[in-house]
Amino acid sequence: MRWLLRKDLLILRRSRLLVALLIVYPVAIALLIGFAISRSPSRPRVAIVDETPPGETIQVGGQRVEVSQYARHLFSQVQSVSVSSRAQAVEKVKSADVLAAVVIPPDIAARISSGTAQGELEVIYNGDALEQSLVQSQLGSALAQANLGFSEQLQRAAAKAIDLLLKGGNLGVLGAPNDLIGLDQIPPVLARVIAHRPPGSDRAALERVASFADFAAQNLSVSKKVLSTVGQPIRVKSTLLHGRRTPLNTFAVVVAVSVSLMFVCVLLAAGGVALEREERALPRLVRGLVSRESLLAEKGLLAAGCSFVVALAMLAGVGGFVSLDWGRSGLWLLALAFGAIAFGSLGVAIGALAREVRAASLLAFLLSLPLAFLALVPSGSVSGGFYAAIGAVSFVFPFKASLQALDAAVNGAAPGIGGSLAHLAVLTLLFGGLARAGLRRVD
Amino acid sequence: MSTVLSVTALAKRYGELDALRDVAFQLDAGEMVAVVGPNGAGKTTLLSIVAGIQRPSSGTVSCDARDVGWAPQQPAVYSKLSVEENLELFARLEKVPDPGAAVRRMLEQTGLAERAREPVGRLSGGNRQRVNVALGLIADPPVLALDEPSASLDPGQRERLWDFITGLAGAGTAVLFSTHNVSEAQRYADRVLVLADGRLLFDGGPDALLRDAGDGAGGDLERALVRFLAARAPASEQAST
Repeated sequence: MRWLLRKDLLILRRSRLLVALLIVYPVAIALLIGFAISRSPSRPRVAIVDETPPGETIQVGGQRVEVSQYARHLFSQVQSVSVSSRAQAVEKVKSADVLAAVVIPPDIAARISSGTAQGELEVIYNGDALEQSLVQSQLGSALAQANLGFSEQLQRAAAKAIDLLLKGGNLGVLGAPNDLIGLDQIPPVLARVIAHRPPGSDRAALERVASFADFAAQNLSVSKKVLSTVGQPIRVKSTLLHGRRTPLNTFAVVVAVSVSLMFVCVLLAAGGVALEREERALPRLVRGLVSRESLLAEKGLLAAGCSFVVALAMLAGVGGFVSLDWGRSGLWLLALAFGAIAFGSLGVAIGALAREVRAASLLAFLLSLPLAFLALVPSGSVSGGFYAAIGAVSFVFPFKASLQALDAAVNGAAPGIGGSLAHLAVLTLLFGGLARAGLRRVD
Repeated sequence: MSTVLSVTALAKRYGELDALRDVAFQLDAGEMVAVVGPNGAGKTTLLSIVAGIQRPSSGTVSCDARDVGWAPQQPAVYSKLSVEENLELFARLEKVPDPGAAVRRMLEQTGLAERAREPVGRLSGGNRQRVNVALGLIADPPVLALDEPSASLDPGQRERLWDFITGLAGAGTAVLFSTHNVSEAQRYADRVLVLADGRLLFDGGPDALLRDAGDGAGGDLERALVRFLAARAPASEQAST
């Protein structure tokens, strides 16, 4: 096996373009995938037309909320482009300078202040189905966020008005009395008056007013809580069942490294075995010089070793930019080694089934890329039956197990590393057996 | 001459197809034996079994595969490695006691010493075939099995290759080769094995095959072979022709 290994290293050293492609291409793909996963959705460029007069306010219970505050909330969710008129906004949407335009009409404050009508915004957009879907999801989300912020301000204004009603004071509304009595203060004042009144119809009437004031004060104090509940009826409380949270950026690192490990290893192992057939050297080798098992083991281990070095270098390199727990590096090595050997086993199986290097490389690539994407499909994003099918496919190939092992090693994510390593060991034997069967015919 | 290879009652079956049926012959040291016959006769299968590439369904080959040097029809060499590196690799794999000396000997015998460091992929078809044969000889085996060694070579390259092979036989190596070029068998073979439909129909010298064909062959072994095969073809085939 030593001489075969030396021969393969010589051939690799003389195939510089192939080696460069084998390393650069998977690493580039891995980084792109990692970048796509870790990057938060971009803020869409949206034209904003604010047709309300400057300083326009919405009055709620004597409190004033500026319309511009609502616009600021909206601006924070999008990359806003200010335009002065609706016509200009339409022009920008038509020229695809912006994804969409939002028009805040001049009567929005009056409509909200009326308490009987909803404020209305106009959203202008065009484009194909993809663009429309993007506008609906991203702008819908931005508007919902802005609405939430705005409703919080309205809640605060309403709560302040309720406080004034309960405790009394100055409402600040033009024409309102300066020292208004609060509902809380009415029952004790009336009690003092009632105490000096003789029994009779007047006293009974005063007692009814006092009990109403008491009842109203108690219920109004609850209404503040009701307001906050209406403003945000559902609050999210997260409960993680087991393991610990994997931050998105470190998970992206794990995905990128796993993809690189897979591509380098599978392509190299498949190409190495197929090369023996392509050079017609396989019959010469297996007629007593090298056993088929040794040949497959040599190719698989060579590919595993090369991909291990590439993946480890990548992990260490990325570690300079993303905070990784270097105290777990022993587990990294274990996860990478098991993953590399399993991918090597898959690679030699592909190489044994293909008859030439190009076919083996194509097959390896066509198989690996969908496997990587399937393993990343989150549960709930597809139907239950389809997810189960994806799970079954992912289970019989080493990518998902390798990803889980590396995620557990790097991030301490659940499930633990032991199960994934055992899974990878079983897959190594399975694909090793398949490779041996594929190499039965040598001509 | 001592017998170096004995093949007895050899048969090979692929499912329903009988590729070889009850084939038996012997090979003496220094003897050159040609295997001829139509396409699909079983020539490559016979050589593959003798070389240990395939296992027979039944029958025996007296030699261990390690004692048979083998050169397939298409050169089985690593094109990215030099001539010297190819020879050294197989010398190491064959566990030759002195690999360096074996490589030097083969470079000398093949006349490729000056191109020893050149990648095999850059050599001409003839020189590549010489490396292919040299790889079969690196362990100095007593028997050499060559599957159509001169196919795809030009006349000059063929001539040089046969000079090389006859030199090996002169040094005591038994050579078993298959060929479609019957004139090569007539010129270089001591004996001819005629295979058809997996059966060994003839085992003897080229002159004996000419005699068997009668006067109609006019001393041409190819014509003699055609007449020989036609005389032994099944009645149904004769009717269709």
